[in-house]
Amino acid sequence: MAKKEDSLKEFVAEAEEIIERLNQNLLELEATEDKTAVRPDVLNAIFRAAHTLKGMSGMVGLKKVSEVSHRLEDMLDHLRMGKLGLSPPVMDTLFKGMELIRGMIADVNGGKGELADIAALLRQIQEVMTGEATQTSSAGIEGIDPGVLKVLTEYETHRLNENIRLNLNLFELTARFKLETFDKDLAKLSQRLQSLGEIISTLPSPGMSPETGILFNLILGTQADIETIRSQLSEERLEIKAIGPKGKRTPTDEAPAAAMPAQGEDKPGETIRSITPTVRVDIGKLDSLLNIVGELVLNKAVIGQIGKEMRANRGFTTEGVELQKAYQALDRRVGELQEGLIEIRMIPIGQVFDRLVRVVRKLSRELGKEVDLQISGEETKLDKSMIEEIADPLMHLIRNSLDHGIETKEERRKTGKPDVGIISLRAIQKGNNVVIEVEDDGMGIDLAKVYKKGLERGLLDKNKEYDRRELINVLFSPGFSTADEVTEVSGRGVGLDVVAKNISKLSGMVDVETEVGRGTQFSITLPITLIIIKALVVRIGAEIYAIPLNSVSESLMIQQKDIRTVERREVIQLRDHTLSLLRIKDLFHLSAGPSQEGRLYVIVVGLAEKRLGLVVDAIEGQQEIVIKSLGDFLRDTPGIAGATELGNQKTILVLDVAALIEEATQAHAGDKKAEQDSKRKAAARP
Amino acid sequence: MPKKVLVVEDSTAMRSLIASTVEELKGYETVEAGNGFEALKALPAHRFDLIITDINMPDINGLEIIHFVKNNEDYKNIPMIVVTTEQGDEDRKKGLALGATEYITKPFDPEQLKAVVKRVTRG
Repeated sequence: MAKKEDSLKEFVAEAEEIIERLNQNLLELEATEDKTAVRPDVLNAIFRAAHTLKGMSGMVGLKKVSEVSHRLEDMLDHLRMGKLGLSPPVMDTLFKGMELIRGMIADVNGGKGELADIAALLRQIQEVMTGEATQTSSAGIEGIDPGVLKVLTEYETHRLNENIRLNLNLFELTARFKLETFDKDLAKLSQRLQSLGEIISTLPSPGMSPETGILFNLILGTQADIETIRSQLSEERLEIKAIGPKGKRTPTDEAPAAAMPAQGEDKPGETIRSITPTVRVDIGKLDSLLNIVGELVLNKAVIGQIGKEMRANRGFTTEGVELQKAYQALDRRVGELQEGLIEIRMIPIGQVFDRLVRVVRKLSRELGKEVDLQISGEETKLDKSMIEEIADPLMHLIRNSLDHGIETKEERRKTGKPDVGIISLRAIQKGNNVVIEVEDDGMGIDLAKVYKKGLERGLLDKNKEYDRRELINVLFSPGFSTADEVTEVSGRGVGLDVVAKNISKLSGMVDVETEVGRGTQFSITLPITLIIIKALVVRIGAEIYAIPLNSVSESLMIQQKDIRTVERREVIQLRDHTLSLLRIKDLFHLSAGPSQEGRLYVIVVGLAEKRLGLVVDAIEGQQEIVIKSLGDFLRDTPGIAGATELGNQKTILVLDVAALIEEATQAHAGDKKAEQDSKRKAAARP
Repeated sequence: MPKKVLVVEDSTAMRSLIASTVEELKGYETVEAGNGFEALKALPAHRFDLIITDINMPDINGLEIIHFVKNNEDYKNIPMIVVTTEQGDEDRKKGLALGATEYITKPFDPEQLKAVVKRVTRG
């Protein structure tokens, strides 16, 4: 895609949003009868919007839009700096200017270019600006730390002056937050402070560390006194001190009321047509809607359960049949609603692929390797939250392929390969999963080298024999890297273990196929969405668990006698492979259930290289489940992904297949295991 | 090692324009932050060779970011470029006084930005 077109498209989308917000802010301004009580942040927001429009339109070459927004910006700068009053002609000019810009952007988007005549508006702006100026603030800024003044923008300095001029109280608040959550915590604090007055400055203090967190100094202008502020704020680690010329004096009654402006009203007859037929929605809103649908799915299951019980207890009564009909209708509608909502969250994976193209172009240039990146399936859709999470692991795999996989031109010639290496990036939807493959035609992974490195790193045991799969698994061990030297491109101390971990967090799996001299293929299998999934419901003893169906490849019924023991591990023969078993009963220390004449079920989970048979007593059926996260206590329990409710309102635990596989393949003993075991004991009974 | 550049700008379109302009330079990578919070979070997670920041942003403004960076032992040597408007004289002066190395004025010529980036990150 051409960059220029990209920028223009991005500009139109952002401009539309800005104009929408501007419109709301302007209406809010107009609805405020006492123009001296206009909220300064609203005025500043309008200024900033015009400022952004000007900057962006200039960059994408829209001269007229840039000119109009430039003049509006000048006018708004005077307004926010108190050099111009909010008179009706000023308001009129603002509205007209905004409409003019909206029209021009619509024309540009429709391929018509900037058609409008802007001369009249520019004259009008000129006229209102030469009108009478209102008073500017001139009160001195005594008692304020000069260090603070240094970091205030011109506008913020003006606001500080205004607060002093209006005889408001000024406070400096110092709050300490944890590094992980400071943005959310500070946003919460700011919101509460804004209900008390105006936040003039938010200065992060330079020291920050995981131990001490991060300190913020805020300056608040308010009518409230220090006691009122204290009573409104619950933050423990918060200091408040009065600053400014007023110091600790109590507020006077003459202070003008900072009335909150009323909500704006729509003016009849105005066009508010949107330029593009799309809406941008906060993903949080979609999350909460999906949660509600999740609850509906559960309610539906309850109704279904009642219907079943009615039939079982009373046979086919009229009410029973009616209930069944109603249930089926509900089932269909809820299903459609859920599908629709999930569909809304889906975005094409091409968005990530586009970013990767850029990376490949850059890296191949830097490494002096010629590479052809072949992309297919970019229209394949994935949940928005998954798309964000998958970008980094994919980037890592691509870097790996370029750096370690693809050979230099000279090496390729020697082995009779074409000069240009090929990296293929493919996405394919398979049922409820999306498979993403990164394949290169490079040198492949030399397993003999892997074995050597594995020994050196203490990841492998010299006295044991390893098969191909076990060696490939080593690639995903923490601290493993086959590159002889750490390279600039991919040797960043992050290995494939992190890739595997990130993907398993998304309930996905990674698989590798490699052949020396021919190339390597990584495939990542991900569920399309994580919100509502199909699960296999199983019973162990008296306990019920759910296993996400996307990780199940098959289930078998076996006899106790089919189980053999190899190196203290229980295994069965599955066609031509040996399959390790994991007894959920032992893992969670469950009491033995009523054994049914030695008959057991094995749920085969995982993909090619990493397979595992989970041994359960019975399979209860398949069901759609909504995974809920667990509280702090059980969050870190390995093997448990979350909890869910079944139709009969019973809460059950959902197994974390990726973690179980990892655990079974490592099988380390020690303190950690003991600790995990004790957690599991607690987790076993929900 | 490719040079890493942090781009702090609240306008999405402007931010990606700056980032893609910088990335056109050989050996440069960018990390984008949409506000001061994201910038503060990005700082310990990377080793930046340059920070490009807007001044007029809600909550934490660009001057406050410069102050933070220039007074922090870990980051104070990272050169900084401020992006200002033609009218933003005062803010520009303050930014330079706080320790910013260079400024560019919006709207800018991409080639000019590239030249400034190269000059500031040399050596």
